[in-house]
Amino acid sequence: MQPVLTFTETGIYCPAGGFYIDPWKPADRAVITHAHADHARIGSRHYLCTKDSVPLLQLRLGKDISVQGTGWGETVKIGGAEVSFHPAGHMIGSAQVKVTVGGQTWVASGDYKTENDGISGAFEPVRCHTFITESTFGLPIYRWRPQTAIFGDIEAWMRENEASGKQSILVAYSLGKAQRLLYNLAHTGKRFFVHGAIYNAHQVLLSAGWPLPPVELITPETPKSDLKGQLIIAPPSAADSAWMKRFSPYSLGVCSGWMQVRGNARRMNADAGFAISDHADWTGLLQSIRATHAEKVFVTHGFSSTLARYLEENNIPAEAVRTAFGGEEETTETTV
Amino acid sequence: MHQFSQLISDLSHSTKTNEKLELLSRYFSTADERDKAWMLALFSGRRPKRAVNSAQLRRWCQEAAGLPEWLFNECYHTVGDLAETIALLLPPPERGEAPRPLHYWIESLMLLEKAPEAEKQAFIRNAWEQLQPGERFVFNKLITGGFRIGVSQGAMVNAIAKAYGMEGAVVSHMISGNWDPQQTTLPQLLHNHHNNPDDSRPYPFFLAHALDGGPATLGEPAEWQAEWKWDGIRGQLIRRNGQVFLWSRGEELITDKFPEIAGLLDYLPDGTVIDGEILAWDEVLARPLPFQNLQTRIGRKNLTKKQLQESPVVLLAYDLMEWNGQDIRLLPLRDRRLQLEALADSVNQPALKISPLITYTDWDELATIRAQSRDNNSEGLMLKNAGSTYQVGRRRGDWWKWKVDPFTVDAVMVYAQKGHGRRSNLYTDYTFAVRNGDQLVPFAKAYSGLTDVEIGQVDAWVKKHAVEKFGPVRTVKPELVFEIAFEGIAASNRHKSGIALRFPRIHRWRHDKPVSEINTLDDLKQLLEQQS
Ligand SMILES: [Zn+2]
Ligand SMILES: [Zn+2]
Repeated sequence: MQPVLTFTETGIYCPAGGFYIDPWKPADRAVITHAHADHARIGSRHYLCTKDSVPLLQLRLGKDISVQGTGWGETVKIGGAEVSFHPAGHMIGSAQVKVTVGGQTWVASGDYKTENDGISGAFEPVRCHTFITESTFGLPIYRWRPQTAIFGDIEAWMRENEASGKQSILVAYSLGKAQRLLYNLAHTGKRFFVHGAIYNAHQVLLSAGWPLPPVELITPETPKSDLKGQLIIAPPSAADSAWMKRFSPYSLGVCSGWMQVRGNARRMNADAGFAISDHADWTGLLQSIRATHAEKVFVTHGFSSTLARYLEENNIPAEAVRTAFGGEEETTETTV
Repeated sequence: MHQFSQLISDLSHSTKTNEKLELLSRYFSTADERDKAWMLALFSGRRPKRAVNSAQLRRWCQEAAGLPEWLFNECYHTVGDLAETIALLLPPPERGEAPRPLHYWIESLMLLEKAPEAEKQAFIRNAWEQLQPGERFVFNKLITGGFRIGVSQGAMVNAIAKAYGMEGAVVSHMISGNWDPQQTTLPQLLHNHHNNPDDSRPYPFFLAHALDGGPATLGEPAEWQAEWKWDGIRGQLIRRNGQVFLWSRGEELITDKFPEIAGLLDYLPDGTVIDGEILAWDEVLARPLPFQNLQTRIGRKNLTKKQLQESPVVLLAYDLMEWNGQDIRLLPLRDRRLQLEALADSVNQPALKISPLITYTDWDELATIRAQSRDNNSEGLMLKNAGSTYQVGRRRGDWWKWKVDPFTVDAVMVYAQKGHGRRSNLYTDYTFAVRNGDQLVPFAKAYSGLTDVEIGQVDAWVKKHAVEKFGPVRTVKPELVFEIAFEGIAASNRHKSGIALRFPRIHRWRHDKPVSEINTLDDLKQLLEQQS
């Protein structure tokens, strides 16, 4: 019997359906888990994703792409395969892709997070025969505190900055993390000033009806007095740039799972590191994998060989697979 | 311990010296009195003996967290710090017991030193269960040492000075010497007025510049005085009012570390200040021992008899700054020198020697003599204007160091690791190997010496040619050859190669050399033999 999904040069391929999941080279049909750049790439002829992902895909890849949106849990027949999308909790619109061929079910997780952040959907474990999991934070040193505790820290940090006359600047990936911060900090009543990259995504999400607080685009004309006591959110590329320098004196808070390790915060010149991630932690990965009841697990981007070995030792047949995923929070290089 | 753990966390996040000073002085103004004394002790080389070793900590953490050893090791490679790795891996704390102060934990650990292993384990596991995650990290650090928060003893002194409204030099003096944090509080230590702080105050050191083009431009050889450039620790020895003080160039009091030199108290007259080099000395060959010998004397709290015997220390004096209580720095060097020689003669003790003057008639002859520097375990020559005054800091013109060229070998890169700070995205830290038969033996790590462009090229190459991943380290194909320069070589049983280099760095990238032509381990061993 042919496997439901195979790993090819172009990406994860379904022979029965003739489509790829998150292909990293142009394909005829691409099924997309979520709109991050390492998963949704330009050049494929036709895209299938969740309805919530459609506007984000258009923002990323252009208005003119051929894209079809589908509802949560709705089954789409592609060739000999049945395909459906299930919440991954990673960012708005993010999904796991379930593919069934001849009674065999495989699930490709894309990126996922088990804690419900209020806006990215609640992760839903899907029973399957074979599970393809990510492993960005697949080491037991990565165990997240609940987000309420971390947001408590962030708010305390903001108060402290205000008291000492410093501008609060949070660094967060523009798609996903930034919206999570905005949604969960909305109750503070602060004005949110954002960098252009975040502003653009925000407009798209607002017009799609997402309940996010209003944000203001920072321009060279924005008076410094407006910013006082308020919050700036910027993408990692802006950290320590000339753009940021003009807000001095400021305190730089970096929001990323990598901040779990002290040295990373220091290396990024962060004044504060908040270990808040849009990926599952060690516990989350293990729980999710067990919940699928999969007989076989393929482990992709991250600490793939480590997690695979640990699963094997715990009687879950597993194998590490090389993919071209990784890029937003997946590598320390980009340090989100 | 909460306040202390918060302080450590704040210090490690603050990048500015002023902020650190502020945090420290706030701590010294508000913390528990007994904790303050311990804080100072921890960061001034007075950490108590280690009660538990790393292997034990690792094992107990693996047990507590239910992790296999290989997975623990992977985590450790990723984090890079044992105390932090353990703090991240332990299961969530149980809470319950009342929080305890810093001194409780340190003093409990001290009591544990002689306890049986089971008792140690029970104590540590219990501490881990009670402490909050941030506190666990600090607690583990109390055991393993090395807080790495970028606080020097000088910063500590300034913070205390600020908190207590005292002068830095006074604080520095008051906290020096032997004291026991279990027996004294910080205010007691600071207000113990049996000493006059002025007695210990050192003069600023005069520093030499590197002489790049050779001495031809200096003028008349006769106006210059030449000495060997010693590779030891610059020191200033003070005897005033019946006390002796030895300062390092970092303005750190190091009297206790060198009892031989401190013993000169009985022989020097009051009102004497000498500038010189602290060296481990071979009396038979009348030359310094290799730097490694001196190293065994630094950073130890308690000196053993064996260390004192194997690495006896002397002060090789080269200048006299105060004589009969008079500051004589404005006298010409040749006069100060005469006074110094007379003093050393009358003292007549092995721990005080004079840095000999080299006789020469012209610059060419001096160049020939310089070429023999390594035979004296020296790094080259010092040239000092005989008519010059003793100045402050790094003023150009009167004192020059004329170093010999470094040793070099050709070696191949075998491992690469990412750098820190601005270069944390780039592979900038490399390990090099020489050939031994058909094997490659790693022998040196080097971080510096390439241009930014070259670093970019090597980085791209590493990313393409990494063959193995071992935590943060990449094993690369042994293809890139570099010339490695270094200042000295010594035998070492801590290194696989059996040798340790002093100040290794990349001299240049040898695009022209194939790996088949790199140096061998035997070449290095020969250098080693010539050295000792
Ligand atoms: Zn993603
Ligand atoms: Zn991803």
